[in-house]
Amino acid sequence: MKFGVVTFPGSNGDHDALSAIELGLREEVAPIWHKERSVDGFDALIIPGGFSYGDYLRGGAIARFSPIMDAVAEFAAAGKPVLGMCNGFQILTEAGLLPGALLRNQSLRFSCKWVNVRVETDRTPFTQAIDPGTVLRLPIAHGEGRYFVDPETLEQLKARDQIVFRYTDAHGVETDEANPNGSLDNIAGVCNEAGNVVGLMPHPERAYDALLGGDDGLKILGSVLRQHARQVA
Amino acid sequence: MTVTDQTLREVALTREEYDKIVALLGREPSPVELGMFGAMWSEHCGYKHSRPLLRMFPTEGERVLQGPGENAGVIDIGDGLGAAFKIESHNHPSAIEPYQGAATGVGGIVRDIFTMGARPVALLNSLRFGPLTSARNRYLLSGVVGGIGGYGNCLGIPTVAGDIYFADSYSSNPLVNAMAVGIVRHDMITRARASGPGNLVVLVGADTGRDGIHGATFASVDNPEESHRGVVQVGNPFLEKLLLEACLELLETDYVVAMQDLGAAGLTSSIVESASRGGVGIEIDVAHVSRREEGMNAYEIMLSESQERMLVIVREDGLDAVREIFERWDLNSDVIGKVTEDGNVRVLEHGTVVADVPATYFTDECPTYVRPSVEDPAVAELRAFDPDILPDLNPDQFGDTLLTLLGSWNICSREPVVRTYDHTIMSNTVLPPLDGDAAVVRIKGTNRALAMKTDCNPRYVYLDPYVGGQHVVAETARNVACTGAKPAALTNCLNFGNPERPPVYYQLEQAIRGMAEAARALETPVISGNVSLYNETDGVPVLPTPTVGMVGLIDDVERHVGMAARRGDELILIGPRSATLGASEYLSMVHDRVAGAPPGIDLQVERTVQEAVIELVAGGLISAAHDTSEGGLAVAIAEMLIAGDTGAELDLSPLSEANGGRLDRMLFGEAASRVIVAVEPARRDRVQQKLDERGVEHLLLGRCGGDSLRVNGLPEVPIEAMSAAWRTGLVLD
Repeated sequence: MKFGVVTFPGSNGDHDALSAIELGLREEVAPIWHKERSVDGFDALIIPGGFSYGDYLRGGAIARFSPIMDAVAEFAAAGKPVLGMCNGFQILTEAGLLPGALLRNQSLRFSCKWVNVRVETDRTPFTQAIDPGTVLRLPIAHGEGRYFVDPETLEQLKARDQIVFRYTDAHGVETDEANPNGSLDNIAGVCNEAGNVVGLMPHPERAYDALLGGDDGLKILGSVLRQHARQVA
Repeated sequence: MTVTDQTLREVALTREEYDKIVALLGREPSPVELGMFGAMWSEHCGYKHSRPLLRMFPTEGERVLQGPGENAGVIDIGDGLGAAFKIESHNHPSAIEPYQGAATGVGGIVRDIFTMGARPVALLNSLRFGPLTSARNRYLLSGVVGGIGGYGNCLGIPTVAGDIYFADSYSSNPLVNAMAVGIVRHDMITRARASGPGNLVVLVGADTGRDGIHGATFASVDNPEESHRGVVQVGNPFLEKLLLEACLELLETDYVVAMQDLGAAGLTSSIVESASRGGVGIEIDVAHVSRREEGMNAYEIMLSESQERMLVIVREDGLDAVREIFERWDLNSDVIGKVTEDGNVRVLEHGTVVADVPATYFTDECPTYVRPSVEDPAVAELRAFDPDILPDLNPDQFGDTLLTLLGSWNICSREPVVRTYDHTIMSNTVLPPLDGDAAVVRIKGTNRALAMKTDCNPRYVYLDPYVGGQHVVAETARNVACTGAKPAALTNCLNFGNPERPPVYYQLEQAIRGMAEAARALETPVISGNVSLYNETDGVPVLPTPTVGMVGLIDDVERHVGMAARRGDELILIGPRSATLGASEYLSMVHDRVAGAPPGIDLQVERTVQEAVIELVAGGLISAAHDTSEGGLAVAIAEMLIAGDTGAELDLSPLSEANGGRLDRMLFGEAASRVIVAVEPARRDRVQQKLDERGVEHLLLGRCGGDSLRVNGLPEVPIEAMSAAWRTGLVLD
């Protein structure tokens, strides 16, 4: 299976995504320059973290206009797996490929630490191989990660099983203390209606080796392999 | 024609220095030339007062691939790789505009690293502020921390370690020292030496604007607010990220002859230094420089300190490759001139010569000064104070005193600050900030890791610059050793007051002497550094602060330890039994005195202790190690217990005699060369045997467990109370 990692000017999580897939998952992966217009030959796309175009206006606000984004949208529309992490999540919401928006953290500060997230659904390619209710330990590192949608959309997300990850304590209980940025309903990640496009604020690509403090990220990145294997079969 | 005093003040040159310029040139300098001399002969670029003293530092060693004199030093770390690192100050800008001052400090030091061909992999910072009771100081802390995070997080380089210290003298003159570490293949090491007449001089990166003109001279006078308003630059980390990637991509080609970043004194210092180092000349025409605004003249272009720019010397046949790479990253690449044979730096403006000076006049001919060196008698008097005349600690006060120290600004947890820095990006951080005495960063593709830490106890240096200087090197090396790494080399940032005053010059001279001696004894050569003088306000200098950044090597990345003691572990004190209250945090916090002599230090003992700890970690024999510093034994133990969330039952009575029977000295006195290690009971015998073999003093203190600290029958202190005091001491506004 071949992963593609999109590099925008200002992306800085692209190297980690490449390393996680190459060293952690041991799968084929290649970078994709944002000025490209095709994603042919890739089976899954990663939109990595960073500060695309400096994010001086708003996280992801400029990157959505990059030439590659049309191809990403087509890839997503074809039902193929797309994962946005941190800035990648912001870009996918700005591009309209995922619902909601990421506001400044409630603390108004950047926050870097390890958090617990509970997997809410296994209907997406990136949670396919994880039992719902499983608690994963992942790092966060962001200043604009407070998930927000209007009340109607929130109800819709719940009804359509689009909430993929929630911040919880180590036992899987949603608490205010476990919510690192003030996200609505402790939401850490969502998917589109079809379920093939997933975005989350935590960084699975930084958690691929126990030496780094944990390798739960591989469960998310590796999940897509199972679906791919099934499709190929 | 005679130059006015006003003009000389603007370029921060003395009348004598001006006369020397006239004598060298055999004529009056042009306005552009005078501005260039002012910048190059400033303390910041020319090291006028420090150069003769810096020669005391040992700069060679078997690992040293590049010593001082380039953008950064480089040491060999095996596997065909080198570690490039350097620390630099951004004190004066941060005092005026803390966010941008600190941000551009990070930007500058990162450029120094990738200029060498190295990919930056870690950032550290050493900060000094006045007491947080003042709103202004809280604003400075919050702004500086914001700027460091804002720039480093955006660049995607983890900020992994550092130190923060508070004292009155930093109130109007905070210190902001930024350090960066990079990894470079030996064959990629790039130097800033222009060569090959005919080669092209290309300015790449951002446009040039009017910001930061006279930044170098501004950093070389006291009370900069009076003379140099509006010189603080604004950073753009996004542009720096593009520049970083584009430059590293360019260096993979064979076309690059030299690279030099534009920092203090902008284009002037970058062309002068690359020409002077390479023994060649450079001719440029400022008309070819991309600008941010209309109407800039040659003087402004030559002295602008606009950020995120780089000078690259490339072979003529490489121009297309350069253009292509920089276009891809949407960056400028302006051919502004060429390398020449005559050794002159020649600046043209639309073809008209506005400056023409041999490059070495700016560098080798920069005057140096050896100033009178006299210790301030008031400091000698303070040092003579004997803290043992004070009443001893009342045993009932043990708990309150420990909690007071744990919550004090100089000791408490740095977590609120550290959380705002990205330390997990690049997926290399094996021992993150807060978890150990130094950060450990693995090197991908190898089994190795680097440990790194900055530190400086300015109170020790103030009360005894020579001994204090030894402590700075010894303590940073000890921090690195506590993770299991062998200290390899260091960089330093010498932050002092006005050296033209004999007591300040004395501090500078003696601190360097002490640091040099310790660096020799511990075999940690000085491979790079920076000097920041004139850190004073209204004639009151900051505490002398010669900050050291130490880097050590770990051969097996799995073999490292943090500082968390585990339930069931035993604690062993390694090192001397005697401590002193002189210059201690206890004396300052409890008795409100900055006095007494700092602890003495035997560098051979120091070295043996460090080697013993490294051996224990490498052998997998200990589960944690932590050095005792501010707050002494009790605080160090408390920190290990808080980190491991365990209590302990300890017997310190064997230490009583060596501390004159005093409880305060035994518990809170400070000493060099002491490390506490946590050991599984089954391994205790082997650990003690190893320590005996090396002839290192050691003492079994007791065992971890329970939920409180119980020492010698003193009232017990709940771990929860210690943790709460430690974690809530520092609040970011």
